[in-house]
Amino acid sequence: MATKKPEPKKKTAPKPKPAPKKAVPPPKAKPEQPKTKKTPEKPASKPVKPKSAASVKAAKELAKKKIEAPPVERKMIPRPEKEKEPAEYTDLRDDVKKILKDRFLPISIIDGIVEWILKDKKLHPKLKIIVEKALEDFTHNQIDPTEACGMVAAQSIGEPGTQMTMRTFHYAGVAEINVTLGLPRLIEIVDARSTPSTPMMNIYLRDEYRVNPDLAKEIANKIEITRLTDVADIEMDLVNITLTIKPNAKTMEKKSITLEEILDKVSNVKKVSAAKEKETIKVTLDDPGYKALQNINESLKNLKIKGIDGIKRVIIRKEPNEGYVIYSEGSNLKEVLDIDGVDPYRTTTNDIHAIARELGIEAARNMIIQEAFSTLSEQGLNVDMRHIMLVADVMSADGTVRAIGRHGVSGEKSSVLSRAAFEITVNHLLLASQRGESDTLNGVAENIIVGQPVNLGTGAIELVMSHKKQKQKGK
Amino acid sequence: MADGRNITKKIGALEFAVLSPSELRKMSATKVITADTYDDDGFPITMGLMDQRLSVIEPGLRCKTCGLKVGKDKCPGHFGHIDLAMPVVHVGFVKTIRNSLRATCRRCGRVLLPEKEAKRQRETILKNVADGRDNGYIFKSIISQATKLDACPRCANPVGKIDLDKPTSFRENGKKLTPTEIREWLEKIPDEDLELIDINVKAARPEWMILTVLPVPPVTVRPSVTLESGERSEDDLTHKLVDVIRINQRLQENRDAGAPQLIVEDLWELLQYHVTTYLDNQTSGIPPARHRSGRPLKTLAQRLKGKEGRFRSNLSGKRVNFSARTVISPDPNLSINDIGVPIEIARELTMPVHVTPANLEWCKQIVSQTAEGEKVPVYRPHVNYVKRYREGIEQRIKVSEKNAVETAEKLEVGYVIERQLMDGDIALFNRQPSLHRMSMMAHRVRVFPNRSFRFNLSDCPPYNADFDGDEMNLHILQSEEAKAEAEILMKVQENILSPRFGGVIIGGLHDHISGCFLLTYKDRKFNKEETSTLLSSFKYKGKMPEPDDNGMVFGRDIISVLLPKDITVEYKAKACFHCEACEAPNCPNGAYVIIKNGRLKQGIIDENSIGSFKGRIIERIIRDHGTTAGREFIDSVTRLGISVVTIVGFTTSIDDEDIPPEAKRQIEESLLKAQKKINSLVQAYENKELESLPGRSLEETLEMEIMRVTGRARDMAGEVASKYLGMNNSAVIMAKSGARGSMLNLSQMSGCVGQQAVRGERISRGYKYRTLPHFKKGDLGASAKGFVANSYKSGLNPTEYFFHSMGGREGLVDTAVRTSRSGYMQRRLVNALEDLKVESDGTVRHTGGEIIQFIYGEDGIDPSRSINGKPIDLDRIIYEVKQEG
Repeated sequence: MATKKPEPKKKTAPKPKPAPKKAVPPPKAKPEQPKTKKTPEKPASKPVKPKSAASVKAAKELAKKKIEAPPVERKMIPRPEKEKEPAEYTDLRDDVKKILKDRFLPISIIDGIVEWILKDKKLHPKLKIIVEKALEDFTHNQIDPTEACGMVAAQSIGEPGTQMTMRTFHYAGVAEINVTLGLPRLIEIVDARSTPSTPMMNIYLRDEYRVNPDLAKEIANKIEITRLTDVADIEMDLVNITLTIKPNAKTMEKKSITLEEILDKVSNVKKVSAAKEKETIKVTLDDPGYKALQNINESLKNLKIKGIDGIKRVIIRKEPNEGYVIYSEGSNLKEVLDIDGVDPYRTTTNDIHAIARELGIEAARNMIIQEAFSTLSEQGLNVDMRHIMLVADVMSADGTVRAIGRHGVSGEKSSVLSRAAFEITVNHLLLASQRGESDTLNGVAENIIVGQPVNLGTGAIELVMSHKKQKQKGK
Repeated sequence: MADGRNITKKIGALEFAVLSPSELRKMSATKVITADTYDDDGFPITMGLMDQRLSVIEPGLRCKTCGLKVGKDKCPGHFGHIDLAMPVVHVGFVKTIRNSLRATCRRCGRVLLPEKEAKRQRETILKNVADGRDNGYIFKSIISQATKLDACPRCANPVGKIDLDKPTSFRENGKKLTPTEIREWLEKIPDEDLELIDINVKAARPEWMILTVLPVPPVTVRPSVTLESGERSEDDLTHKLVDVIRINQRLQENRDAGAPQLIVEDLWELLQYHVTTYLDNQTSGIPPARHRSGRPLKTLAQRLKGKEGRFRSNLSGKRVNFSARTVISPDPNLSINDIGVPIEIARELTMPVHVTPANLEWCKQIVSQTAEGEKVPVYRPHVNYVKRYREGIEQRIKVSEKNAVETAEKLEVGYVIERQLMDGDIALFNRQPSLHRMSMMAHRVRVFPNRSFRFNLSDCPPYNADFDGDEMNLHILQSEEAKAEAEILMKVQENILSPRFGGVIIGGLHDHISGCFLLTYKDRKFNKEETSTLLSSFKYKGKMPEPDDNGMVFGRDIISVLLPKDITVEYKAKACFHCEACEAPNCPNGAYVIIKNGRLKQGIIDENSIGSFKGRIIERIIRDHGTTAGREFIDSVTRLGISVVTIVGFTTSIDDEDIPPEAKRQIEESLLKAQKKINSLVQAYENKELESLPGRSLEETLEMEIMRVTGRARDMAGEVASKYLGMNNSAVIMAKSGARGSMLNLSQMSGCVGQQAVRGERISRGYKYRTLPHFKKGDLGASAKGFVANSYKSGLNPTEYFFHSMGGREGLVDTAVRTSRSGYMQRRLVNALEDLKVESDGTVRHTGGEIIQFIYGEDGIDPSRSINGKPIDLDRIIYEVKQEG
């Protein structure tokens, strides 16, 4: 197999990582496939200026890696080109920026204004008024300082949990693939499980692979795991202590596997020698014995002939405006991305840790957001993007994906009392005493425990009115 | 109560450390040697567990150490101590002890690292601490390296293999280490090496983790209870301490008498067991100590741990005064801001009023009012207590009917009166589970007779309350600051827009929506009389809407009276039929709402206009005119809705689901067709002619196909049914307007209930190869697998009923499992995110200072102010600009 060649381990370094702010790949130049899967966070992902803490960290880390690891030889897949904007678009945007001067408006709003004006040219002379009004509204809608945004986010995601279904399996998008949905999936995301209970990938294809069903099928065959028993029958000959592999020509052709390939794989098995015999393969044992025969028989049954570990099943579907897309049950991002013809810019998996490993923490953060948001909206629950973003940022703030709970975020809190009040009380107290920790009472839980006002909301303001002065003024 | 008189100090930090034996002895009020509590006269035994130097619990008695009483001036309690005859291991620290033993040399006590390496590690640890990084990996590596060594790199003493036998015993190379030996070993570890094994020298020494002295908590920590019979019942801790002392004594006696080694060791182990269970009675590997009744004792760790433990039950949440709880009931005549409080509760709960020159007269009057007692027709607030301060000491005078007038005359400026609730007071109202901040909102009190809390029906969604016996809590605020904050931030009207998605969660429900639907559907008109009734329902004081030539007024003009003059919106109503060719502005069904300059031009007002979660009009009013206008609108529109419903007449009953025989025949026909289709599918499957779907087995394919057919059959039945149920059917009006129920509910009632499913599949379990004995084995047909062809109205046959119950049971189990799972998820989320706040610079930080986001939500927009997630309403700005010319 071509892809199996000793290819150097891929690091994130050589591949141009999509810019952090871009969760949605830009539409390609070709008109027949204008948009990729609609990513729900589109409106919020546009602003240029804001970057999450995680993004900065990740960027730094990436920079480090670039220096450390010398670029490995690897075929560069060109990034999809951005559609050229009409000049009037850019001009208008510059006009808006001129009005703004050093004041800030998110790019989504600027683009919105530009679009309106292009639609209705009569509005152009009023550009200044529109921008000023937008700015006024934007400032008015800003969040208040000292707002307990974390608490609100936690409540906003937790409260609808009671309204979600528990049904684990559901058919989402692709009717043939089972995906965990509803509350169990949400819990899975928040827990940052190392593997999702139903791993799944959306594998997008590039260029001609996308339009040609044969090429798509070829990729699918490369991806889907094929075991020996899928394409052949094994017969045991107890008299001669041999095994005969009788391939099924029809399925072989379907999966485009040749007899030689099978022979190659079988002869790689330890303590066995294989030989071609007409249309079958005869397997003899180096060290004959009935027990060994049985064992070999078992291991041959599960022998991988082709495909990628972990990918149990693939389904090819033709999507409108896109062409052929492969959906897979089971996930292995690392190896799938290595396959020629797979579009690495759009291919996704629901395995967040795999994304963090292969594409970096920034991408993992975006995936947490996307997965959580789609899980919630699939249940018909409307939760603001910002709440989910906050959760994702907390989970990814230190550069790794941490779980919400005692093994992750909560367990790493600096406050002893807060940890003790959450879970495993006694151990936290004992450990704190041994380490001589001190609790500086910054957080909410600690201050509630000692009976002080918390450092959030109105409690964060230390404004004292002098009673006397007030009186004098009154007089 | 902090009322400014006594400014409280703020706690800066809490430090944790291990108590050393010498410190323990120093702070001890007495040594405890007698394993008994009271003597025969019921007097505490000196140097016993109830020694009066360890504070006292009986009111009136004075502590022998500090001389304070239990009541007002409160003796804080004093620790005693037990001198253990032989040292024992502290269970909580076994892991640390094990690590210390593994990482150090038995002879020289140094960490098993070469000098240079130790220095290097110390430096990294210091650096990590400075950088706020975790050192766990260093400690782990030191220990794992040490266990691999054969000899100490410093003194060349051979390194033994340390094993920990379940809870508390250690072995070195298979030979048992006694606590005494361990203690001697640990004492050798020099201070500078301790930081390499995760022990802070300033806080602890490893040998302190082998107990030689056991602190005895003050009596106040373990009060004994006197039962009715006069018997004393001791606290679990006291029981356990008795055991410890008793064994300790025996051990001492035996050892001093030179008893055989074996006996001493047995007793030593027994002492270890008692001390272990005293500290943690759930240590794995040893049986928990039990009470005489067989109940496991609640010892120190159990007191702190878990949901009922000190931390979660007494420290993070507390019981409060000035609160009430009773059943709730609806009252459509109250504003959404109001709460109806029963007189009984109002008389009990009080609010402090500071007597000032300005309100002295009023206070006097209200105090003297107390004299009238209960026998008055109308409720007037009385005063329960008058508080005065003499040299900083509070004196509380109970005001009764008898002394009311007298107390009123003595009232002076500076006093505080505790006044009963009266209309207009602000109070917090709450329903559990409090899943979001709208579960606790501030209401204005209105005192009413009867015994339940009442509130406007519109307040149900945020509390998730209904009136099937729900109870709710009321809290009365006790300081001016709290009242101001509640008024500004927590009042119901401030919470109409939910921070979850920026939409309304308080709006019209049920009848309000039906009413508004009827008011605006099909250009309904009202005569003058009706119009004035409707307008008076919300106490309208303006001009009558213009009547037409026949003196009739359009319903839409009546509702327009409530709209602010500058409101202009267009949107689709809930009643939209989702026609294929939408004629948007000229919808023939009236499902396109146009409001222009505060006048409803066309369209039906339904759930999408005034409903909770959806109400567009409410949202717009609040954004443009503030929360007060929004509250007034909700109050009025709900009253109007109810009024319409009463005038027009609106009722639903079982005959709303009646369908003509013609329809019944059609439904039967389509069901029969479905039946045939299923049979042919089954036939095809049995003849192996069925094409399997990609990646599915034949069985799965068959099931999926059948599920599709049954699903369609139910929809078909529904379609037929709804075709015959017109818009003059009340049930249909409710479904279409979004007031209550759905078309699916209706079609299940009149058409066909449909396929019952368990775990998303047709019902397949029960008997061998069949679901019920009524069917043939291996029957794959519709009715054998849970298809209910009947409607709720026609009635289910026995097998259908059974399948329906199976589906229903799954729903119930689901709900039960879900609530606990989502509750835990929310607890974890809250715990992880509670410390985040938006700083003045717009960043989101942990209260520790760590930055989580540079701009909140990437644009700094408050979700509750956002327009459906978008930062601003650009369409509207454009519209306004266009209007301006």
